[in-house]
Amino acid sequence: MSTVNLSAITKQFGDVTAVEELDILIKEGEFFTFLGPSGCGKTTTLRMIAGFYYPTKGKVTFNDKDMTTVPPEKRNTGMVFQNYALFPHMTVFENVAFGLKVRKITKSQTKKRVEDILKKVRLDQYMDRQVSQLSGGQQQRVALARALVIEPDILLLDEPLSNLDARLRDEMRNEILRLQRDYGITTIYVTHDQAEALTMSDRIAVFNMGKCQQVGTPTEIYNQPVNDFVAEFIGETNLIPIAFKEEKNNEKIYHCEQLDADIQVQATEVNIAEYNRNDQLLMSIRPESVQIDKASLTGENVFKGEVILVQFTGASVHTYIKLSSDAIIRATDLNEGPSTYLTNGSKVNVKLPADQIRVIPKARM
Amino acid sequence: MLNAEKRKTLLLLIPVILVLIGYVLYPSIETLLESFKKNGVFSLENYSDFFGEKSAANFEALWNSVYISLLSVLLSALIGIPLAYIFNRYDFPGRQFFSNIAIMPIVLPSLVGVMAFMYLYGEAGLVPNAIKDVLNLSEVPFSIGGITGILIVHAYTMYPYFYMTTSSALNNIDPSLEEAAYNLGSNKFKVFWKVTFPLLTPGLVAASLLVFMVSMASFSAPFLLAGGFRVLSLQIYFSKINGDLEMAATQSVILSVVSISFLLFMRWYQDRKDYRMASKGIGAHRSEVSNHILKWCMVSLGILAMIVLLLPHATLLILSLVPEGAWTWQTYPTAFSLENFILLFEDPNIWDPVRNSMVMALLACLGVFVFGIITSYALVKRKFIGKNLLDILVMIPWALPATVVGMNLILAFNEPSAFSFGKILVGTFWILPLAYFVRFIPLVVRSTTAVLEQMDDSIEEAAQNLGAKWFYTFRRVVIPIIMPGVLSGTLLAFVQAVGEFPTSVLLYTLDNRPISIEIMNQLRMFNIGQASAYGMIQVGLIAIVMFISYKFLGVKTENTL
Repeated sequence: MSTVNLSAITKQFGDVTAVEELDILIKEGEFFTFLGPSGCGKTTTLRMIAGFYYPTKGKVTFNDKDMTTVPPEKRNTGMVFQNYALFPHMTVFENVAFGLKVRKITKSQTKKRVEDILKKVRLDQYMDRQVSQLSGGQQQRVALARALVIEPDILLLDEPLSNLDARLRDEMRNEILRLQRDYGITTIYVTHDQAEALTMSDRIAVFNMGKCQQVGTPTEIYNQPVNDFVAEFIGETNLIPIAFKEEKNNEKIYHCEQLDADIQVQATEVNIAEYNRNDQLLMSIRPESVQIDKASLTGENVFKGEVILVQFTGASVHTYIKLSSDAIIRATDLNEGPSTYLTNGSKVNVKLPADQIRVIPKARM
Repeated sequence: MLNAEKRKTLLLLIPVILVLIGYVLYPSIETLLESFKKNGVFSLENYSDFFGEKSAANFEALWNSVYISLLSVLLSALIGIPLAYIFNRYDFPGRQFFSNIAIMPIVLPSLVGVMAFMYLYGEAGLVPNAIKDVLNLSEVPFSIGGITGILIVHAYTMYPYFYMTTSSALNNIDPSLEEAAYNLGSNKFKVFWKVTFPLLTPGLVAASLLVFMVSMASFSAPFLLAGGFRVLSLQIYFSKINGDLEMAATQSVILSVVSISFLLFMRWYQDRKDYRMASKGIGAHRSEVSNHILKWCMVSLGILAMIVLLLPHATLLILSLVPEGAWTWQTYPTAFSLENFILLFEDPNIWDPVRNSMVMALLACLGVFVFGIITSYALVKRKFIGKNLLDILVMIPWALPATVVGMNLILAFNEPSAFSFGKILVGTFWILPLAYFVRFIPLVVRSTTAVLEQMDDSIEEAAQNLGAKWFYTFRRVVIPIIMPGVLSGTLLAFVQAVGEFPTSVLLYTLDNRPISIEIMNQLRMFNIGQASAYGMIQVGLIAIVMFISYKFLGVKTENTL
């Protein structure tokens, strides 16, 4: 088990900067996720931790030990690849035993450890199968077992669930978490799936364009995004440009041009992100926080609008409301039966609660 | 460290580059230089002689080579494409069987094939004489020889290139493309010419290229059938026999230039359009022939094709059973026995060529096996500057006609050089294995590259991540995975080396004469039976290797070209 410290890491491929000035400290036993769209540098970062790339600048340390240019075979990390990278010419047993054989563990020890881990991933009856005879989920578990059996200091998972169908993905999510908790192993997980990141991680680093935008727990990331990229990438949100006007009591007043109205926001850390004077500002409000009612609503930030689209998704209902010629807002409510659905064209009142709004700056590119 | 990676790449590249420079590039350059020498002095005289009036023969030979090659392409295409279309698109009794027979010509080594044709359709051939006797004619009704002979043999041996590429292209066409065309209102005729045929283009271009280059390089057919007719590959041989190495070099250069220009032209033509299929997962669709007359027409076509295709094999088998002296002045052989095969094992003089061929082919194959693995690995999995250059260098022996490869080696190694460790190789045992090695580098590299490209980089990374060092990974992971591809390439190189004639005839010595040379000697002595028995051995070897590749390595015959 190790801590992983990335300090001021930059990686360039020719003229392209894949990762820029990255600082991350991953704690011992933590389940840490790199989240971001494709091409954001998350896999590059993972590969620098595994040792397949060496950073152009900066340092990688495990437990204060400098690993920046140590070759991959000497890092004692266990990696699960996106395509599993199982050795096609070996059986399940041989695949899992590979790392132990390299480490010159005795035959009897190897056999015992492989059997143990295969039992853990519930594949003990498939030991002598050729890997090509296994299903996608089973191959995934072999890859996990192969990475875990060497008792790595760090477990690295590169989008391991992206090749599985939805149902299997849910099952494997729990399986990975269970194993990680059992072994208490420091785990770095790369994904572009925000739901996966939110449900599994202790902490998440959100990447975009080679830069880490925010590091935090799932609730922090979701509730207090630092900029519009994070707010939009994680979950759904309504973003409307605003400008600071004045501060009153415990509230800040922003002017919104699209609505031609002032917006009140609670002046707390939760509602207002850090920003500079020159930043363009946006307000972000999650669809589930928007209140809509046919009857009149009282309190701050109440607007009139017209329903333009109602989407039924099963568990919830999305309602799109036009507030002005260029402001459309989306509200999400739990499904409470057909009588509560609004119809297109109906006039409604919309409330954006002052304690649910978050003011964020536009991400600097 | 970064340098460790680069060091490994460099370590891999050094032997590869040394071998390629020493045995491919340097000999080619020697030939080029030699072509500009007259009696040891630099001059353009050879070239002016070549194109000048002084030796019209050379220019005529060049022209003959080119037009025979173009006609061979045309003939092979005319046989191969319709046959492939019928056997792949229509279903009728025996279809599968006929389509397997259709590729049988490739198991005949060129010299053996030509020999079979000679005794089948030549002046004293079995077929013309049989017709003469049956119809009571005073003369044979026809016999092949000269240019028609060469063309017929070329069509027979080379149409499988068209047949195979067309078949595989047809099976790769997404049926929905044709269905889309029908749906949009095209008739059958239009669909074929506007959709199906254009999609076959890449395959047809590749096949035309192969046939053209093989015919330009063709040696055995003109050698045995040409009579007074001149072609360039043969002229090279005659110049060399007459001791005019400088002229041979000039002729080699010109033959190479024509071959390579054609190659570049075809590449350019193919690159103009993108024919890659957008969709995946295709099921072949065949229409059942319901019309009875048509159906039986197709079956008879299949049977006829089968007879024509297998007659040379049958003839070879029959002739191999004719003991020495049993077929001299008679119209037909008079006796049959296993004498020729028994002699093979009893008379060391007769067995020697077989042993020589096997030993030399084995040596060459060991070489290409190791060299192929290292080179392909460097080309596919390593990054370095000048990769394209290396790729071209590897493919040179493929683009060069065999006769030219032979000439290159003669001109490079008839004097001591660093690459032959200061020895003269010409006239020794080692020159032939070396020639086979050079000839079959591209074949093994290509088959190895194909499997390596399919192996994802993450496989190697996974091994490394689990703690394996590079060499351990290479030995225990990479090599086992690519072995089938390497082996199938090497096995194919082995059988081709056993049957190789053009380089052998230029480079053999009395002590290392291989099978094909001995076939030639036996033919000169009119010992047809023994020559055929040697031929049967070659055919048998090829059949065994194809069977092994198919059965144990999962390689389809179609993919071996």
